[in-house]
Amino acid sequence: MAGAAGPGTGPGAAGGNGDDSLYPIAVLIDELRNEDVQLRLNSIKKLSTIALALGVERTRTELLPFLTDTIYDEDEVLLALAEQLGNFTGLVGGPDFAHCLLPPLESLATVEETVVRDKAVESLRQISQEHTPVALEAHFVPLVKRLAGGDWFTSRTSACGLFSVCYPRASAGVRAEIRQHFRSLCSDDTPMVRRAAASKLGELAKVLELDSVKSEIVPLFTSLASDEQDSVRLLAVEACVSIAQLLSQEDLEALVMPTLRQAAEDKSWRVRYMVADKFSELQRAVGPKITLSDLIPAFQNLLKDCEAEVRAAAAHKVRELCENLPTEGRETIIMNQILPYIKELVSDTNQHVKSALASVIMGLSTILGKENTIEHLLPLFLAQLKDECPEVRLNIISNLDCVNEVIGIRQLSQSLLPAIVELAEDAKWRVRLAIIEYMPLLAGQLGVEFFDEKLNSLCMAWLVDHVYAVREAATTNLMKLVQRFGTEWAQSTIVPRVLVMANDPNYLHRMTTLFCINALSEACGQEITTKHMLPVVVKMAGDQVANVRFNVAKSLQKIGPILDTEALREEVKPVLQKLGQDEDVDVQYFAQEAISVVARRLHRPPGEAGVIPDAEGSERGRALRVRGRGQDPGRAHRKRAARAASEAAVEAAWFGGTDAAKGPACQLRVNPRDALALLEIADLVPFSRD
Amino acid sequence: MFPKFSLRSMFYGAGGGNDIQWCFSQVKGAIDDDVAEADIISTVEFNHSGELLATGDKGGRVVIFQQEQENKIQSHSRGEYNVYSTFQSHEPEFDYLKSLEIEEKINKIRWLPQKNAAQFLLSTNDKTIKLWKISERDKRPEGYNLKEEDGRYRDPTTVTTLRVPVFRPMDLMVEASPRRIFANAHTYHINSISINSDYETYLSADDLRINLWHLEITDRSFNIVDIKPANMEELTEVITAAEFHPNSCNTFVYSSSKGTIRLCDMRASALCDRHSKLFEEPEDPSNRSFFSEIISSISDVKFSHSGRYMMTRDYLSVKIWDLNMENRPVETYQVHEYLRSKLCSLYENDCIFDKFECCWNGSDSVVMTGSYNNFFRMFDRNTKRDITLEASRENNKPRTVLKPRKVCASGKRKKDEISVDSLDFNKKILHTAWHPKENIIAVATTNNLYIFQDKVN
Repeated sequence: MAGAAGPGTGPGAAGGNGDDSLYPIAVLIDELRNEDVQLRLNSIKKLSTIALALGVERTRTELLPFLTDTIYDEDEVLLALAEQLGNFTGLVGGPDFAHCLLPPLESLATVEETVVRDKAVESLRQISQEHTPVALEAHFVPLVKRLAGGDWFTSRTSACGLFSVCYPRASAGVRAEIRQHFRSLCSDDTPMVRRAAASKLGELAKVLELDSVKSEIVPLFTSLASDEQDSVRLLAVEACVSIAQLLSQEDLEALVMPTLRQAAEDKSWRVRYMVADKFSELQRAVGPKITLSDLIPAFQNLLKDCEAEVRAAAAHKVRELCENLPTEGRETIIMNQILPYIKELVSDTNQHVKSALASVIMGLSTILGKENTIEHLLPLFLAQLKDECPEVRLNIISNLDCVNEVIGIRQLSQSLLPAIVELAEDAKWRVRLAIIEYMPLLAGQLGVEFFDEKLNSLCMAWLVDHVYAVREAATTNLMKLVQRFGTEWAQSTIVPRVLVMANDPNYLHRMTTLFCINALSEACGQEITTKHMLPVVVKMAGDQVANVRFNVAKSLQKIGPILDTEALREEVKPVLQKLGQDEDVDVQYFAQEAISVVARRLHRPPGEAGVIPDAEGSERGRALRVRGRGQDPGRAHRKRAARAASEAAVEAAWFGGTDAAKGPACQLRVNPRDALALLEIADLVPFSRD
Repeated sequence: MFPKFSLRSMFYGAGGGNDIQWCFSQVKGAIDDDVAEADIISTVEFNHSGELLATGDKGGRVVIFQQEQENKIQSHSRGEYNVYSTFQSHEPEFDYLKSLEIEEKINKIRWLPQKNAAQFLLSTNDKTIKLWKISERDKRPEGYNLKEEDGRYRDPTTVTTLRVPVFRPMDLMVEASPRRIFANAHTYHINSISINSDYETYLSADDLRINLWHLEITDRSFNIVDIKPANMEELTEVITAAEFHPNSCNTFVYSSSKGTIRLCDMRASALCDRHSKLFEEPEDPSNRSFFSEIISSISDVKFSHSGRYMMTRDYLSVKIWDLNMENRPVETYQVHEYLRSKLCSLYENDCIFDKFECCWNGSDSVVMTGSYNNFFRMFDRNTKRDITLEASRENNKPRTVLKPRKVCASGKRKKDEISVDSLDFNKKILHTAWHPKENIIAVATTNNLYIFQDKVN
């Protein structure tokens, strides 16, 4: 113990001298080295509180040295630490002491985990701005040099990101040194470092004097663009964008274009892919003149590249490329130089290429106007609507709004309908799920009559789909449709059909009724809810399946706020009380929960809306119990598994980042791993009948 | 230590191998004869500096040995390898979907190029690849506010000042921690993993497919080769090994059970189902037999450090191929030709399916591979001399020079020769490794690891 305590501070005396405030901080400090990662993380996130309590002096002399050595910790802790230190200048005594933060960040900048290093570099960049020019040269620049000359390539990669922040504020001599360091990293032995240098080349070019850009950056760019490693060359394409922005047209033509042309014809498809992927940026950077003379021919080549990945990437850029062409003469260029290639792609052998094109082709109609669209594009749309690959059709349908603006959707509706129906019944549930999401949009564009006539039955059929995710999306869809078409429509078209399902022999269908009611009640309003939905829910409280009964409790809790107090008191409360006495503990649990919410509302003066706790939250983590008494014991589990599986699979399938790998291969045969395994489970789960 | 991997030092560091006298250095593992299944060594691999040597076994363990710093006084013996870290890399698992047991046996270990003070390696069993970090820690934090160092709580009311923990030196601790788990990408058994020279990707190969991974991304991989026929009845060959070129990042090869090697260029297209080169030697009709196809199956393929050549091992021979010549190997070495007449019995006891590995020395001038009876063979590519040595506990005094062994193929047996019939086919050397810079080799017998080095005068 440090001996700062006064003489009167015995074991019993602490209460008096106000040191109570130290206790929480003491806990936080101790937990910096707790065995539980969560607690350590928590402490690190409250580092500013600790620093504030310690004061600037002790933060500098004790806390920072401790943190400098903390590099053995878990990644998430280190990441949080790196982030905290970026905003720490005030806590160590202001800009004059900003350099004290450099040692811990320096050690974090050498760890193997890229996210941590990147965060440390980000914080270092932030802190560099708080250094005075003198401090920058005295403390920050030496750090950058140390990292740049480090033994391990992790430190050298981190250095690459720091040059551009110190360069503008350094003196001429130091600037020359910085350039020299960067040059040597560009020809480092390890591809990791060359990649880091290549990816920061553009950023550094922006802060360099124009002469240095021409005399130093361009040669580095040229050499990185012809590196033996594909992964380095493809990053040079990115740098090309920034460098091109800095140079005049003549310099551009002389210094950059030869390299860019070479990249567009690189032997490695990954490099060509990168050119295709960065095409819009390149187009903006080089300006209209070079675009016409160089980029359009290059683009044509990319559209008919031998590698499907490249064609797909180029196809994605068709719309942006056309939009960014100078308005004058745009139509002619598109019609003569782009459209012929697009026509080829519509019947490409690779479905990713076709679906990439389908996702942007509709956008051309606004650029080309009504007549060209009808004459040239419409046949393509129609062909794609009949494509064998569902994704292509889906992409066309999802972009219908573009065409709607130009020629009206009626032109398409005859071809549209079969396409929609087919997708709605596709064997892949992900496809069915995807088309549901476009239903509200389609409904809006096609109008209520067309919808009632052709699409309504599809929407109802999804409610009894055998995949939970589809049923769930179908209920949400109904809600959106009601929002669009109004409550009257709901009452006449949707509600009766939903309520009929309450008598279905299949308990999953009966539950779907409840889920629909949950979703629809708010959109439909008090009258319909009380008159039509509530009686059905109340009746279902006597269902023989416990899963249905506890969902009744949850539904009652959910629709409670919409009902008036009389209905609550007369109808809801008795039912919940009965469910509260149910033989099944899960039913009891949810009934109790609902009762407490409803009761709160009943005791509140009218007009003040009750706050309904999130029922979902409380259910989570509560494992469903296996049931006895002649009911299928595994059912609840299976249901849950199916749901978890489909949710995870949907998430994996639709929200999984596609650009995680630096390499472009977003559409190579992605291994059907977790997602597919889960999918299989989902399909295996039988659609149990009672 | 200098982290950058320099080719130059490798070429000058290692001797030619022609006049090397190999001496016993160390033996690791249990001495008793009854071998526990879990202790059987399944892979051996030096890291890029040669300072660390990793072994994997059937029990899913990885043992890492570290070379001691050179002893100035005893200059005649170079640093011995001592256990540095041991950890359980894989556990037995059960695939409930397919009702299959997944063995914990480590099929391959590959070291990553060193990126910082810690070391990283990939280890794989049949299904799952793991990235391990092996790091040292020599400091630990001390000082709590609310408790004593021994864990007893202090009366919180006595806390009147805050105390920040400080790091104090402690005994060196080596930790192995799993950093990434690359799972669920292989339907068949993984036979190879290989790290790309771009330092950011690696491949993994099973019987029918090759996948490409990013070292930092575990939730997706890309399938680059798929030889699975639509109808499995039409299956005629399987992938037996695959490796990336040591410095050309877009090139990799894979070998097949039919004795061919395919070289693929990843620049040409995203899917490498079509090879750019096919290395295959026309079969000698005079040697044709029932076993021809089985013994031509390639059990290992390794690029030379220079990247100019590759070596393949089939059941009876080692072949060196020039990457620029597809129609025949530039060199062929017979490993144990005397077994050709024994193929029938080797088929019956399943030995014919043994997967022997092979390795290059640091300067690519000598190659080494294993045989039966705990014999291993070395072939000097310049002098064309070859030698048979035995890994045995006899003569295991340090610096004992290993005596060359001879197997007698014909009827008349000379003194010092061993008859083919007396070879022990249960003692086989499948896994060997050569230090990347020095003449130090690691040879795995069933459950022992032998380390030999050249005699330093």
